[in-house]
This record gives sequence, C-alpha cells and structure tokens, in this order.
Amino acid sequence: MLTILMLIPLLGSIAVFALPAARETLAKQIALGISIVTACGAVFLTTRLSGLGGGFAVTEKHEWIPAFGISWSLGIDGIAGVLIVMATLLVPLVIIAGWNDVEKIGRGTVKGFFSLILILEVFMIGVFAATDLFLFYVFFEAMLVPVYFLIGRFGGPQRAYAAMKFLLYSLVGGLFMLASLIGLYVVSARQLGQGTFDFFALANMSIDPATQKILFLGFFFAFAIKAPMVPFHTWLPDAAAESTPGTSTLLVGVLDKVGTFGMIRILLPIFPEASKYYTPIIIILAVISIFYGALLAIGQTDMMRLIAFSSVSHFGFIVMGIFAMTSQSMSGATFYMVNHGFSTGALFLVVGFLVSRRGSKKIEDFGGVSKVAPVLAGVFLISGLSSLALPGLSSFVSEFLVLLGTFSVYKDVAIIATFGIVLAAFYILWMYQRTMTGVPSTEVTETVTEITKRELAAIVPILAVIIGLGIFPQVALKVINPTVNQIQTHVGLFDPVASTTPSESGS
Amino acid sequence: MTAALIGLPLFGAATLLLGGRRTNAWGHFFAVAMSASSFFVGIFLFIQMLGRSGEEREAGQHFFDWISVGTFHVPFGLHIDQLSMVFVLLITGVGTLIHIYSIGYMEHDPNRRRFFAYLNLFVAAMLLLVLADNYLLLYVGWEGVGLASYLLISFYQHKPSAAAAGKKAFIVNRVGDVGLSIAVMLMFVTFGTVTFEGVAAGAPEAAPSHVTWIGLALLLAACGKSAQFPLQSWLLDAMEGPTPVSALIHAATMVTAGVYLITRAHAIFDLSSTARTAVVTIGAITLLLGAFIGTAKDDIKKGLAGSTMSQIGYMILAAGLGPAGYVFAIFHLLTHGLFKAGLFLGAGSVMHGMNDDVNMRHYGALRTAMKITYATFGLGYLAIIGVPPFSGFWSKDEIIHAAFGQNIYIGLATLLGAGVTAFYMTRMMAMTFFGEARWEKGVHPHESPATMTAPMLILALGSAFGGLLLMFVGDIEGWLEPIVGIGHSDHAVSNTILIPVTLLVVLVGAGYGWMTYGRRPVPVVAPEHVSLLTRAARADAYGDALNEAVFMRPGQYLTRALVWFDSKAIDGTIGGLSAAIGGLSARGRKLQNGYARSYALTMLGGAVLIAFVLLLVRL
Repeated sequence: MLTILMLIPLLGSIAVFALPAARETLAKQIALGISIVTACGAVFLTTRLSGLGGGFAVTEKHEWIPAFGISWSLGIDGIAGVLIVMATLLVPLVIIAGWNDVEKIGRGTVKGFFSLILILEVFMIGVFAATDLFLFYVFFEAMLVPVYFLIGRFGGPQRAYAAMKFLLYSLVGGLFMLASLIGLYVVSARQLGQGTFDFFALANMSIDPATQKILFLGFFFAFAIKAPMVPFHTWLPDAAAESTPGTSTLLVGVLDKVGTFGMIRILLPIFPEASKYYTPIIIILAVISIFYGALLAIGQTDMMRLIAFSSVSHFGFIVMGIFAMTSQSMSGATFYMVNHGFSTGALFLVVGFLVSRRGSKKIEDFGGVSKVAPVLAGVFLISGLSSLALPGLSSFVSEFLVLLGTFSVYKDVAIIATFGIVLAAFYILWMYQRTMTGVPSTEVTETVTEITKRELAAIVPILAVIIGLGIFPQVALKVINPTVNQIQTHVGLFDPVASTTPSESGS
Repeated sequence: MTAALIGLPLFGAATLLLGGRRTNAWGHFFAVAMSASSFFVGIFLFIQMLGRSGEEREAGQHFFDWISVGTFHVPFGLHIDQLSMVFVLLITGVGTLIHIYSIGYMEHDPNRRRFFAYLNLFVAAMLLLVLADNYLLLYVGWEGVGLASYLLISFYQHKPSAAAAGKKAFIVNRVGDVGLSIAVMLMFVTFGTVTFEGVAAGAPEAAPSHVTWIGLALLLAACGKSAQFPLQSWLLDAMEGPTPVSALIHAATMVTAGVYLITRAHAIFDLSSTARTAVVTIGAITLLLGAFIGTAKDDIKKGLAGSTMSQIGYMILAAGLGPAGYVFAIFHLLTHGLFKAGLFLGAGSVMHGMNDDVNMRHYGALRTAMKITYATFGLGYLAIIGVPPFSGFWSKDEIIHAAFGQNIYIGLATLLGAGVTAFYMTRMMAMTFFGEARWEKGVHPHESPATMTAPMLILALGSAFGGLLLMFVGDIEGWLEPIVGIGHSDHAVSNTILIPVTLLVVLVGAGYGWMTYGRRPVPVVAPEHVSLLTRAARADAYGDALNEAVFMRPGQYLTRALVWFDSKAIDGTIGGLSAAIGGLSARGRKLQNGYARSYALTMLGGAVLIAFVLLLVRL
C-alpha cells in the first residue's frame, strides 16, 4: 500500500518531466492533481491505524539485499502517520502557492520545478514510512538531492552558497549516522547471529549501555543538524531565505521534522539507555535553542530569516518534549511537529506573497500593508498568531502539552521554557507592527496588491486546519497517543502521578 | 442555551470578518443584534436560575473531550453558576450598550465593520472566559480577550503609537500568561486535573506549598490582565484605542478578569494565607499607584485609566481578604463596570464634541454645551467617589470595612485611596465641565447623537441606583454566598464610625480638588515647574522608564550581540572547520555546484573511517 502511495507521485514526477517544456500549465495541473490524490491516499492509509493500539499498520516487507539483511520494508505508526498526512497535505498547497514562481524567477523550467517537488514528496513519504533503518538512511540522504536542486536552481541571489551549505551540513550529519548505522549492524550480527537493519528487530535487541552511548551520538548528531538545534542551525536561515517560499515550507515544515522524528522513533526505541543517559544535556540544548532561536528571530531584518529562527525556537520545544519522555510531552512534541508544519508553512507562504509583490524580503521595505491589502494582512496575522501559539489554535495545544509534560518531571526547566512564549509574542507582533501597520510608503501602495484567489486557495486550507485542530486536537492526538504510549513503555518510563489523589472531576 | 451565549457574538464576528465589504452596510446593526441576542439569552437563563434554589443553580454542559493525553483530560465544557451569571449579564448588558453607542461614535470610520467584528469577538471570548468549566479552557478565553484587546487598541493602525500600544498590551499580558500556564501545570501535577471542580475538591489535601505557588502564579496572571503592579504599564497606553473600547474592555469587563480568576480559584486562596497576603499587597499598591497617577493626568482618558487601575486594585485587595472580601470584590466590580463605563462613554462624548481632543486643559465650561453628558458624567462622578446613595458608595464602603477588619494599614490604604479618588475625579470634573471655556480655535462643542446619549443615560441610572439595587433588592451577598462563601472578621471597625470617617476623607479630597481646579483658573499649558511628585505621576510613576531600563534596552543589546555572535562565531567556526576538514580551504570560497560531489566523496571516506575506528575500538 505504502509503495503504491509512493509510486503515485513518482510516476507523476516522471510524467511531468516527460512533458514538452512548452506545456507549462499542463505540468502544473498534473502535479497538482497527483499531489491531491497522494494526500487523499495518505489520509486514507492513516485511518487504518485506528484500533491498532499504537502498532504499525499497512506494513509490507520485501527482500532487497538479503546478504546485509536489508529489506524494502514500510509501515506507519501513529507518529509516522500524522507526519505523512501533514507532509502530503502541504504539497498541493505549496504547488498552488508556487504556481507562478518559476516564471517570476526566470530560471529553470516549470516542469523541472514541479517534478522535483513530486520526487521530493516520494522521499518524504519514504523516510517517515521506512521500517528498515538502511532504507531510512537511503531516503534521508535521497531527500537532499531534490532540495539541493530546488534551492540551487530556483533560489535567490545567494542560492549557490545556501544550497551548498545545506548539502554539506546534511551530508556531514548523514555520514555520522551512517557510521553508527554500520556499528548497529555489527552489534545485531553479534547478538542475533545475522546482521539486520530491521527496525523491529533492532528495537527488541538489548544493546549494552556503553555501546548504546556511542552509537546514539552518530544518529543524534545527524538529527540535531536536521532538526536544527543550536549550534548546528546556521544552515537553516540561509537555506530558508534563499529558497522559494514553497521550498522553504517543505524544507522547514517537513524535512526538518525528520530530525525530531528520528529522535522519537529511532533513538528512543533502539537506544533507550543512552537516551536517558543523555537526557540532561539534550534538554539543556533544547532550552538554549528555544531562547537562542527566539532572540535571534527578534534581531532579524529579513522576514524569511526571522521565520527560520523562530523555527529553531520551536524545534527546541519539540526536542524538549521528546526527551522529557512523559506521555503529554511526547504526544505534544509529535503534535507540535504537525502544527509547526502548518503554521510555519502558512507564514512562509504569506511572506512569499508579500515578497513576490514588493520584490524584497526586508522588513523595513514594508509598512502599512494592512491599509492597502487588509485581507492579506489578516491572513498574515492569523499565521503569526499560530506561530506564537495563541490558545484556541492548534499550536497552543501542542506547546502546552510539551510544557505540561516537561513540567511534571523537570519543573524548573519547564518554568524557564514557558517564558519563551513572551519572546514568541514579541518577534511575531513586532514583525507585524513593522510590516503591516503604519502609513504605507508609495512603493508599498504601488506594488502591494490584495491577496488573489489562487493565493487564498493555498492559504485558507492551512488556516482551517490550524483552527480546526485547535478546537478538535483529539483528531490527531487519538492517532498519536497509542504510539507514544508504546514508546514510553518500551523505554521503561511512566508518567509521574499527581501528588494529590485525583478526585472525581467534572467532565 | 449556555453555548448560544458565546455562539451568537462569535457568529457575528465571523460573519463580519468573512463577509467582507458585502456586510459594510448592515454589519454594525448585525453585531448589535448578536450582542443583544446574547444579552436576552442571558436574561432568560438568569430568570431560569432565579427559579431554582441556591444549591441547584449551578449547571454544566460537557460537549466533547477537548484534550486527552495520558492522565491529562480536559473537557470542552461550560459551567454556569451565580458567579458566572453576574458576569454574563455585565458583559452582554454593558457590551450591548457600548455596541449601540459605537454606532454613533464610529459612524464616519471607514473600518467600522472591522471594529464591530472585533467587538463581537471580544464579547464571545470574554463569555468563554467566564463560562469555561476548567482552567485551560478559561485560558482560551483569557488570551482571546487579549487578542481582541490587541486588535482594538491598535485599531487606528496608521498611528504608530496605537500599533505600539497594542503590541505592548499583548506582550505584557503574555508575561501574566506565563503565570497562568504555570498555575495550570502545577494544578495538573498536584491534583491530576484542571477542572474547577476537581481543583476545588483536591485543594484541602494538597501540599500547602503547592497551593501557595498555584495562588502566586494565578496572581501573576491576574496582574497582567488586570493591570496590577508590576504589570500595570500597558493600560495607560491602551487608551490609544477608540473610546468605546476603553469603556468596555479597559474599564468594565476585560481588565476585571483577574478579579474573576482569583474569586473563581477561591478554593486555592482560602487555603493559603501567604498567597492572600500577596494579593492584598498587590491590590493595595496598585490602588494607591493608580490613584496617584490619576492626579496629574491632563489626558481625560489616561486619567480615567489610572482610576481604573486604582479601582481594580480595590477589587483585587478585596479578593485577597478571602471569604470576607470575595463578595465585595465582585460587588465593586459590578458597580464599577456601570459607572466607569458611563464615565468613559462620557469622555468619548466630550471628545466627540471637541474634535477628538483629549486634553482637559482645552476643555472647561462644558456643562452648558453638553447637558446630558454633564449630567451622566456627574452621576458617574458621584458614584465613583462614593457619595451615598450612589452605587460606588455601597461597594467601596464594604471593601474599606472589610480591609479594616483585616489589618489597620490595609484599611488606611483603602481610606487614603478614597480621598485621592475624590481629589482626581473632582479635578477632572472641574477641568472639563466647570471654569471658563479654554477651547481651541474652531472647536464647537455640541451634544452627541441619541445613539450615544441613550447608553450613557442607562449607565448613569446604573451608576445612581445600581449599588442600592444589588445590595438590597438583589441581595448580592446571598446570591454569591453558595459559590464563594462569606465570612466576617472578628475585630471589625463598626460601620457607624467608619462611614462618617470615610465620607469626611472623601469630602477633604473633593474639597481640595475643587479649591485647586474649580476655584482657580486652569492654565491651558501644563505648568512645567511642578513638584517631583507631580512629575512622577505624569510619567506614570516611571513604570515605563523602568521597563525600558531593565528589559528593553538590555534586551536590544543582547539580541544584537547574539546576531553578531551567530553569524561570526558559530557560523564562522563551523564554516572554517568544515573547510579545513575537507582540505579545501583554498577553494572553499568558490562554492559551486561542481564541488558537491567531491565534498561528498571526501566525507564518505571520513565516515567509513569513523565507522571502522568505531568497530575496531568498541565492538
């Protein structure tokens, strides 16, 4: 089933690429159609998870390189499921938002752009669905290729530098992971008699703690770069600022999630002892990321970079939630990954709309936009409010769950982290104040027009999800919770119990 | 039915915002209708509630499980009881009056539809705040009103000062929200639940230190929303918003949410004398600070804003007195909601007649030009300074009485506050309505249209008789007692002594105000050579200067330093390192597509090497 889900965008990508270069509209239409079909398929497959109690659904396994115990095995659990749904929902919206981007840039071909996006979608599904670690690694690295070209070919003036930086950081991390992966294979060969990369087999092995601690680092390094955590984050602002808004959305919204996905889905189950051992230092790094990212966001003059740094802060929350290892913090972190994809995506896309009008990403080049384009300003505000986790929107639920879950085990850490919400309000509202309020300059009045129907079609679904999941977060949490519980049990941790016996409370 | 209370104004807001220009022509009427419908639903529920006996007046409704992870369950549920009910009536009642008033006040504003949409949004959020049955859902309403407040303060977006004020209000409130977050988290850790019911039931068995910390965290939240010291600075700036907003949000309803929160969490505060002491202290400081600021303001709205801070200080102080004070905190909240809304609408009416000038030094002698405004403002004046039998007298006197029952110093603070209140309100009255006309050129004061004066008249009636009605007809004490309990202090000062003393203090304050501003001419330009105290009051007691010095400026330096550090130190180090490792430092600057492969190859070699070493050493 999952192979078929991946084949759809793969065939779509080939079809789009095979078109004559002149058939631009057709290329876009095919890409959009394919991505919508894929999204529907992903939603359908995720519904198969219900009633499984946190296990894997739609699994499949085919021998690939039997000599090394490598197989083409796929499957989704609650965490992978919601992330695949998030990713595949974003793709059609990114396609709609970037409908005319290539013509604007004036480089590369339309069919090239859209076929790259579809091929990226194949790998995004694959990396979340892989239940063979070698296969995971393959997708992990394969994703770099379309992104490299998306930045390098269709990016801004500094695109070559940004693309290279992105590639180098990712490769370095990936190779550390490869080293650990080989180590893991050798360990499995010792313990099981035959080496394997199978996730389930590896997770059920008990590796001695000293070995865990070493192998853990290789994976963690790769994931920390991807996530990105301070101090391995500097590639992100450059990459996000130089990409087209659509690419940035997929890069920060989806690709970076592979890092945090790896932490919760690979590090915790396979290296439970090492995960607990490194918890203090990782939590500290996460808190540093929260504040460092937020303060840097405040200091930015470029909107795309500002959003990128805000993501560094948000990833700090996610990592903190994962390593606090309570059910609320981990479910919250997973839900955070989903919400962050949508809210950051919305911000990147709206800023993209602004940039395409004014031809500048600088905050100072705007001002008074709400006067000339009130709907655009309103959409920008809602996206921003989602980023600062306004209660009532989905991001609030996840952020609060992360804080709550962390609080139940590390009170002081959670209290410090809570102050991050003040900084988030500051960088978002200050950006809004400087770009949207005031008296518009003549440049703004002349260039900034009201949001178009096509742009609305790209952004409204995201905002609807943000509001909908804020009111009905259980839609996602019901899928996530059982898997998180399994991981928690596997690691051997339990939630602390309330100090006073809970009385019969009025639900 | 309870859900309809919130649903109607929410529907109004959504219709106006999503409907766009199509709703321009009738949007404001629609908003008024939604708010009024909500009020009528409230009246209906109120009558229903009256029909039931004390114990059966609480009703809850569970809609669905909002959040459920592990043992953390938060219902999406509403709960209405006597305490919520008085808020529902205040919010929808005063809210509807202010909607009506705004029809006239915002008549010529091009963004009128947006204004009414935000007003509706505010009413919905505020109702959610007082109707939620757990602290997390309350949080949604809590920040919802903050959002509405933000949108309305910065409503005149072309004015940089308005945009800045809105942002400031939101951010200072967020500091308070940190307190609310921490309180909710502590509740979960302590009680395993965050519902009002569960927390109240668990509180007696919980560790006292936890209860105290929850109380203090809630107090921080209340300080933000209710503009209490040290988070008071945003309220004065919030006057940048249109005046109806100041009346509804920044006087009658939203800013009193902190009082609601503390009263709602009375199970916590009942058990912690430390937390109660902190509440009383904050209330006492703010009531004096606000009154002090009010004495030197020439901007009529800022004068009233200082007054609001001060009056909420009274309420917070009363709430901190425990069962002896909760009822009176709410009582004063209600009477204040009526007379302060009336005063603000009066100020708006004056501004309307004076070409939006807010400087009272340009007013004077308006009692003849604006008779209705003068009369309604005058009734509000009598109510706020506490002249019997007007509404403020009843509620404020009860608070002073309860304060003396607690502690002589607290009692004296409330008494002093009453005197200062009489002073600054008399000053405002004299500068605006009496003396000689100091109008600017081209200003022709005129009375406001009926859509504006009608709500003012109704609120003036409330200012006059609201206290009497609530006290004797409505039996506010008996009404709220099942919810918050009632207690009397043993060593209370008798009212037969206290009332005359209070009235004497008020008379002295008012007399001094009249002698200074009523009997003598008021200079058109504010005198520059004034005492240090006046200067301090004009500068809002240096609250902003302090924020600037302690948070803003160091924050700016830190941010700038970090931006430098990030690009130079971190990025530079890693960039240099990678170039060195790759052995490509010479070519490093010419990063081009063609080199990707060679980089990759070099690093693949490195990784295999690492793996090899790993295997050799450890495995």
